[in-house]
Amino acid sequence: MNNKLLEISNLKTFFFVDDGQVPAVNGVDLYIYEEETLGVVGESGCGKSVTSLSVMGLLGHTPGRIVDGAIRFKGKDLLSLSEKEMREVRGNEIAMIFQEPMTSLNPVYTIGEQIGEAVKLHLKYDKKKTTEHVINMLKLVGIPRAEEIINEFPHQLSGGMRQRIMIAMAMSCNPTLLIADEPTTALDVTIQAQILELMKKLKKEKGTAIMLITHDLGVVAEMCDRVVVMYAGKVVEEAEVIEIFENPKHPYTKGLLNSIPKLGQKMNRLDSIPGNVPTPANMPVGCKFAPRCSQVMEICKEEDPDLMLVAKEHKCRCFLYQNEMAREAK
Amino acid sequence: MFRYIVRRLLGIVPTLLIVSIFIFLFVHMIPGDPARLVAGPDASYQDVELVRQELGLDKPLVSQYFTYISNLAQADLGTSMKTKRPVFDEIAARFMPTFWLTVWSMAWAIVFGLLIGVISATKRNKWQDYTGMFSAVSGISLPSFWLGLMLIQLFSVQLGWFPTGGNESWTGYILPSITLGAGVAAVIARFTRSSLMDILREDYIRTGRAKGLKENVVVWKHALKNAMIPVVTMTGLQFGFLLGGSIVVETVFSWPGLGRLLIDSVSFRDYPVIQAEMLLFALEFILINLIVDILYGVMNPQIRYE
Amino acid sequence: MENGTVIVQSEDQVIQHEAENVRTPLLEFWRKFKKQRMAMIASSFILLLFVVALIGPFIAPYSAVEPDYNNILSPPSMEHLAGTDAFGRDIFSRIIEGTRISLFVGLSSVFVGAVVGTVLGLISGFYGGRLDSIIMRFCDVLFAFPGILLAIGIIAILGPGLGNVIIAVAIFGIPTFARIVRSSTLAIKATVYVESARSIGAPAKRIIWKHIFPGTISSIIVYFTMRIGTSILTAASLSFLGLGAQPPSPEWGAMLSSGRDFLNTAPHVTFFPGLAIFITVLAFNLLGDGLRDALDPKMKD
Repeated sequence: MNNKLLEISNLKTFFFVDDGQVPAVNGVDLYIYEEETLGVVGESGCGKSVTSLSVMGLLGHTPGRIVDGAIRFKGKDLLSLSEKEMREVRGNEIAMIFQEPMTSLNPVYTIGEQIGEAVKLHLKYDKKKTTEHVINMLKLVGIPRAEEIINEFPHQLSGGMRQRIMIAMAMSCNPTLLIADEPTTALDVTIQAQILELMKKLKKEKGTAIMLITHDLGVVAEMCDRVVVMYAGKVVEEAEVIEIFENPKHPYTKGLLNSIPKLGQKMNRLDSIPGNVPTPANMPVGCKFAPRCSQVMEICKEEDPDLMLVAKEHKCRCFLYQNEMAREAK
Repeated sequence: MFRYIVRRLLGIVPTLLIVSIFIFLFVHMIPGDPARLVAGPDASYQDVELVRQELGLDKPLVSQYFTYISNLAQADLGTSMKTKRPVFDEIAARFMPTFWLTVWSMAWAIVFGLLIGVISATKRNKWQDYTGMFSAVSGISLPSFWLGLMLIQLFSVQLGWFPTGGNESWTGYILPSITLGAGVAAVIARFTRSSLMDILREDYIRTGRAKGLKENVVVWKHALKNAMIPVVTMTGLQFGFLLGGSIVVETVFSWPGLGRLLIDSVSFRDYPVIQAEMLLFALEFILINLIVDILYGVMNPQIRYE
Repeated sequence: MENGTVIVQSEDQVIQHEAENVRTPLLEFWRKFKKQRMAMIASSFILLLFVVALIGPFIAPYSAVEPDYNNILSPPSMEHLAGTDAFGRDIFSRIIEGTRISLFVGLSSVFVGAVVGTVLGLISGFYGGRLDSIIMRFCDVLFAFPGILLAIGIIAILGPGLGNVIIAVAIFGIPTFARIVRSSTLAIKATVYVESARSIGAPAKRIIWKHIFPGTISSIIVYFTMRIGTSILTAASLSFLGLGAQPPSPEWGAMLSSGRDFLNTAPHVTFFPGLAIFITVLAFNLLGDGLRDALDPKMKD
């Protein structure tokens, strides 16, 4: 359990557009242990999806390029792999499911064809064995009438069913890491719970590590072992899930937690974080969160703090704790 | 699917009806006396009256129309004024050369159009794209009669590889079908490019790549099949322009087809033949559109399994 | 007096406001358009064509009609840049003369088609109902005759000649304009500002011309430009087939047609008029593409 399966260090992915470059991911450090579920949390535009696409090597069709850093998976450097070697990893060792189940399946091919494609490619099964395997996968993700569904087209299925299909497809080659980018955001609440339950079950049975990208802290509490909080292309806090909820350090994390309505608590309005995520054009010089921070200090406006250890297995990028640590050291 | 086809079939009925009325009225729209026109300028007064009775031009328009339709149903298209033979025989003899010419041209156009379109879309904003799209806009702007004459000059007169005209051997098909297909290839290339570029932005393309599929498989299997749905519709429309274009190309290459028959008939004022040809071309075009509509349904599972 | 001043002021403001509204999209259009190098080159070339069309006879080195039997079918040389035809006429001079014809035929036929098509499309889209289905049926019928065939049919009725070619090509363009304008009309009709103008009780005619028509202009302009190329090509084809301009007219299609007989011995007689048609049509098509990308990126071929 304590081996690092994936380790991302100082990853910088910039988008090159007409007006210059946009640092979508600006020095991200994170790692995932084997068989662990890591939650990657943040508002939209914080770079969490771009991080996952960087791991998958799927930036080639976007204006994005990795300009610095390393991504190590099972000890090998993914960034040094050729496109051909990377294809062996994609869908095989690292699989991915996406936010939009309604549009993530190809409308002109059957479900069986779409799942079977990866199976044939990576597991080298023949036609008969592929069909068997696909049916088993569909049963595994709780799809009734699996034998018939393989001959049906995506438009004949509901959103929840399609996300199950996507999970079946992703899990079909027994990946060691599953990247799930907002897998339940587009679904109804009741379906959300079913999908999360399914992912938990599969993880338990197969021992797959999951990188769960979400903005929903409820999902994090439900699913994750550890959490990474991202803001403006950087990791601002990292800790085990209980620690994050009980003892959040970064003002941004605190703000996120406060924006969840709690039962039995009298609140006049949701306590949300004032302001917006900074756009690349007006990126602050110092701490990227400073303009929205309620505890902002002079130094925050000039310097960007480092990610530092503030407690056991708990890192935070904030000057508030630098002073604290310094005092303790004295 | 069956209901879809039936609906499409019923959909063309009103168009057919109006087209037939228009073509029926064709002879009446020509300034002057239609009986005089059909009988010819040298006919005597008696002859003109005879023709008038023969063609039923003395009867009310509505009853004339029904006579026209019932004659059509019996494949009676009248008599050519030029050759005095039944128009049906004239047209039947010319049908196959034009048919094969259009089929060959379309085959070229689809192969090259798709190839250029796909390459341009996948190499977006690279030199391949610029070259492909510049050739395409040139293809659309090329006067086919000029292209045809230049090809004859180069390959037939200078190099002597192909005949300058006629369809006696298969080599005779090469230059005319290239000439006729060039414009259509260009339109297909442009349309394929824009359609494919839209599809390549879709989420399921990312899914395919995330599976570890080769880029070629993603493009040619997953993207192209979706991109083809609008391309097929547009290609069907191009068939119509091919039929129209064949008129010019057949004139350039002395092709014994329907197009040249039409031009000869227009110069000779052979109205029964013109009328029949207009009808034939319109019918063909409507039929092709119907086939394309059905093909659209076949390719699109959402309609197929309605 | 006081009242008057107030009104003048508010009118000023209104005018200023409108001017801003008009200028901004124009500037935005110019910003996008000037980035497209091919379209810029094409539009300069078209400008040049118009100049040639206007002052053609003054700059042409030779007469376009006077035969010169000492110089029959001579190949291109310094004296005759594009050679001479079967009557010894300088082909380059004839092409210059023909520019006027081609531009006139192209522009006038598209203009007539666009006006009729736009009015039909506006009526069809705005009023809907039975009027809409009648107009669209009519367009279907025109569409049922593929390509140039409709034009040939019309000429078969009217008789050959350049004037009839213009009419034929214009009719040929009506249904496409009608459909394009109709679909933008439907889209604009659904937007709020027309709704509000309607509820105030503005008469239908006013809504169409003040609110809907301006919204359709950009697609009309794009299509108008793209159509000019096609029309020049169609008109030249008809002349080539002997149905349009008749010799000795220096119309490009007719010139090309008359050179066919000398293809073996004097290919330049067909080559240069064809080249003129090609480049002219290409320029209009490139301009149309550029306008489309700058004005209406959603519009497809």
